[in-house]
Amino acid sequence: MTTATTAPAATTPATPSVGASHLRVEGRDKVTGAARYAADHPADGLAHGWIVLSTVARGRIRSVDDAPVRAMPGVLTVLHHGNAPRLKEDFAGTFGPDATTRILQHDRVPHAGWPVACVVAETPEQAREAAEALVVTYDTEPHDVTLRPGHPGSHPAETTAMGPGRTEKGDVEAELAASDIVVDAWYTTPEEHHNPMEPHAAMARWEDGRLEVVDSTQGAYATARDLAQLLGLDPADVRVRSEHVGGGFGSKAQARPHLVLAAMAATVLGRPVRIALTRRQTFSLIGHRSATVQRVRLGAGADGRLRALDHAALSATSTVHEFVEPSAAYARSMYDASGHRTVHRVLPLDVPTPTFMRAPGEAPGSFAVECALDELAERCGLDPIVLRARNEPAAGPVSGLPFAGHRLADCFTEGARRFGWAGRDPRPGVRRDGRWLLGTGTAASSFFTGAFPATATATAHADGAFTVRIAAADIGTGARTALTQLAADALDVAPDRVRVLIADSDFGDAWVAGGSMGTRSWGWAVRLAARDLRDRLASGAGIPPEGLTVRANTEEAVRSLAAYERHAYGAQFAEVAVDPGTGEIRVRRMLGVFAAGRIVNPLTARNQLTGGMVWGLSMALHEEAVRDTASGGLVNADLAGYHVAAHADVPAIEVAWLDDPDPDDPVGIKGIGEIGTVGSAAAVANAVWHATGVRHRDLPIRPDRVLAGGAAPVTAAPVTAAPVTAAPVTAAPVTAAPVTAASVTAAPVEQDRAGHR
Amino acid sequence: MREFRYHRAAATADAVALLAADPEARPLGGGTNLVDLMKTGAERPALLVDLRDLPLDRIETTADGGLRVGATVTNSDLAAHPEVRRRYPMLTQAVLAGASGQLRNMATVGGNLLQRTRCGYFTAGATEAAPCNKRAPGSGCAAVAGEHRNHAVLGASAHCVAVHPSDMAVALAALDAVVTYETADGPGELPLTAFYRPVGDTPHQETALPPGALVTGVVLPPAPPGASRYRKVRDRASYAFAIGSLAAALDVRDGVVREARLAFGAVASHPWRARRAEQALTGGPADAAAFAAAADAELAAARPLPHNGYKLPLLRDLVVDVLTALTEEAAA
Repeated sequence: MTTATTAPAATTPATPSVGASHLRVEGRDKVTGAARYAADHPADGLAHGWIVLSTVARGRIRSVDDAPVRAMPGVLTVLHHGNAPRLKEDFAGTFGPDATTRILQHDRVPHAGWPVACVVAETPEQAREAAEALVVTYDTEPHDVTLRPGHPGSHPAETTAMGPGRTEKGDVEAELAASDIVVDAWYTTPEEHHNPMEPHAAMARWEDGRLEVVDSTQGAYATARDLAQLLGLDPADVRVRSEHVGGGFGSKAQARPHLVLAAMAATVLGRPVRIALTRRQTFSLIGHRSATVQRVRLGAGADGRLRALDHAALSATSTVHEFVEPSAAYARSMYDASGHRTVHRVLPLDVPTPTFMRAPGEAPGSFAVECALDELAERCGLDPIVLRARNEPAAGPVSGLPFAGHRLADCFTEGARRFGWAGRDPRPGVRRDGRWLLGTGTAASSFFTGAFPATATATAHADGAFTVRIAAADIGTGARTALTQLAADALDVAPDRVRVLIADSDFGDAWVAGGSMGTRSWGWAVRLAARDLRDRLASGAGIPPEGLTVRANTEEAVRSLAAYERHAYGAQFAEVAVDPGTGEIRVRRMLGVFAAGRIVNPLTARNQLTGGMVWGLSMALHEEAVRDTASGGLVNADLAGYHVAAHADVPAIEVAWLDDPDPDDPVGIKGIGEIGTVGSAAAVANAVWHATGVRHRDLPIRPDRVLAGGAAPVTAAPVTAAPVTAAPVTAAPVTAAPVTAASVTAAPVEQDRAGHR
Repeated sequence: MREFRYHRAAATADAVALLAADPEARPLGGGTNLVDLMKTGAERPALLVDLRDLPLDRIETTADGGLRVGATVTNSDLAAHPEVRRRYPMLTQAVLAGASGQLRNMATVGGNLLQRTRCGYFTAGATEAAPCNKRAPGSGCAAVAGEHRNHAVLGASAHCVAVHPSDMAVALAALDAVVTYETADGPGELPLTAFYRPVGDTPHQETALPPGALVTGVVLPPAPPGASRYRKVRDRASYAFAIGSLAAALDVRDGVVREARLAFGAVASHPWRARRAEQALTGGPADAAAFAAAADAELAAARPLPHNGYKLPLLRDLVVDVLTALTEEAAA
């Protein structure tokens, strides 16, 4: 066939790139605007879709009066349940069956903001005006959007994304009864929304018999496979790309309505169709984190050693699909006790289907458990770090499996040193700086370490350059850069010789950017392919003009991983200032020390871990979607109303890590996508207690809640761990309103013991 | 989003004529609020009259030693103006407490005054089912029985409990500013404290401006004697609307309050000039007890809703804290 060239690259060893900071390889494209996101791709004959959302929270569509709208300027079609192409009825995608995908397939309206029609027009403005003019009438039914314990509609969750719905060992009640100290407290977190910077968008078009899609997705391959199934197409006939994605946080891991409707419309019209969601639309179309109501009971001896741990978590789901926020799974690997029980209940409500959102389960679950431990430390008169050290599990508390590394205590030791924890006065409410009360808090952090099989190819070119292809996604994490570094080291070349192409479903199966498993799963496959290529070149293989390509799949390697408790760990610290007169809280500094596997790129790793901690701060003090019980819709579905931490809220954040490679993985990565968030809200909440002497168990800790709680007089009296009741506001009557699925306005007053477990 | 016409006015008379001719016309300043509301459908103008080319972008000293501020002066330019910083520091503080740097670079003085409430039931627009008497007069107010944590405690009615979101206007209320406007029939003016109409049963009629009037500027009388300050409390440290704010000027001599100016923000449908508190303070001692009593005198009229009663202790604390600081400043 052709002349072969010996690769100069394979014989040129390079300084290892992994472990050295590397600027994002696509950074210049992003800051100069050259990088194209899903809504930026041009196409000849492009039409624009606009999704019409239901204004009622429950009922049936009586009519869609599309005739007047079809006569409006530029309108090409109006899709609704009466005319839309049929989707596969028993769809079971990457994350299992999910009837939330049944868009425009029936007349049922399961929540406010459900897609009931899609108007397609020549321009986005025409589509939007026509969509807003479309008259849809409904037969409404009474709705319920209020999450509350004891609701007769709730039921035990059989399973969650993080394992079984329930685990139990020993006799929790007997151990509680035999405990010297019992903490029994309720914690609530509100409905939270992902809010990536880039709202979801997709463009779909038919090209040479294939459906070509650009989507803002965390997993091009999974999205292509799921979309093909939904539309009844051969998977080979669907291609999805997502070269640049402006954040996802779990909301872009599945085929969302904008994508399905763009594909439908492109099929119906035979034209390219783009649908870009508004920020407001993302609040009902892309999933969210359910509010949670959690009860934690801890029983311990006077020495703080746990005898009982009971964590019961209630969350909401929609009426079309059950997604359980797996909050109670957190303690299954973190803390052992003779009586150990973790239970989930779930309540279907007339709300959108919740989904994975940054550290699903771990974020709200760690808030409850790590705050309860802080309360236990206070009651035992123990330093919170000492308490945690006394409760290090020898093996998986539920699984019984050994740990594949457990450096939590080391994280606390290093964190305490850096933070200046030694000599901390444990008394709450005694430090002042002018008007401000000061306090410090800490919490543990953990995230499971997993991997999914992936396929990668590595190609050597005759000019000494290399191309790596894998259907990975870089949602802002720096994955593309990390994979470039990993590939360069595996090839023994400098990173500038390696080009990594990602986010194209044609590159083969690869896990989504999710579960903190993206870079680990992809990096493993990239390394296998690159090593194989290097070895072939070293053994004298020639490079044909089209390049020499090898393909690797990690299916076997990943499946043969031995069963261990595999986790990353961290220690979170926060110092806060609280103004008891205005209720304002300012976080003054945060520190996170992590043992989270091999760190590939310190620059982007620091960015990810810091970002996770900011999300924890944001969860502790700001984030809260507020649902109107009367209409069932949100009253703050924009970034003016749904607060995330602003720059001014974010203090100096220090991040450090310990050497902690995973020995069973040739790359040694454990994943750092979510661990920064875990425990950080608890550290802030614990610091607020240390500042004020008042336990705030309901997030976010807003100024009005601080004012309602006041600042406790400094006494030696133990703080009660009784269920939180609605504290009176001095100037106005406050009624204990029921907890809505969005806004946990007051903690449950009545404990429904039978109903909640 | 309704299709609209756009006209870039070349002269004030041109803008006034267009606004007078079409009740569905709206003046466009920076667009930082109006355009957002057009996207949600809460505002559906047929015509936008862009004011950027009008000669309303100046800040000039008046004959009596006050300042005349044009309606299209940006919030950033207002806050940074040396005479504003020197003579009306509370105004600079108030403007800088609002929005973000990018928004202040676009937003104008006139637009700031005329911005609409951020009550979620209003801003959500026609795509949400909940009623709103500002958006759809007569449909009802969802906030009274719904979400109202940041709603009015003073001067509200059963028809609307929304608050005005401006920080700047709170300082202007304390400074006795006067709003000037132009109509087809000629110019006019309104004291800022009379610029906004009481809520009553017509919450959609927000100002006392005649129909078609174009706000041309704000006139500041000479600054009140003594030290002044604007203090804002919000849910996060920046880029959020107030949950309670205070603009205060205090003239203290020999421990006695000679003159006090107080205005509250985020408590009513308009900046709330606290005249009862001013009366209680004037001629009395400048101490914490008197400050607290003055706050209580003003807040005695408050009618908090189930979830916004926290604003009362918050405002009381602000009054005591800020007036104490101003007293100390005067003594120093």
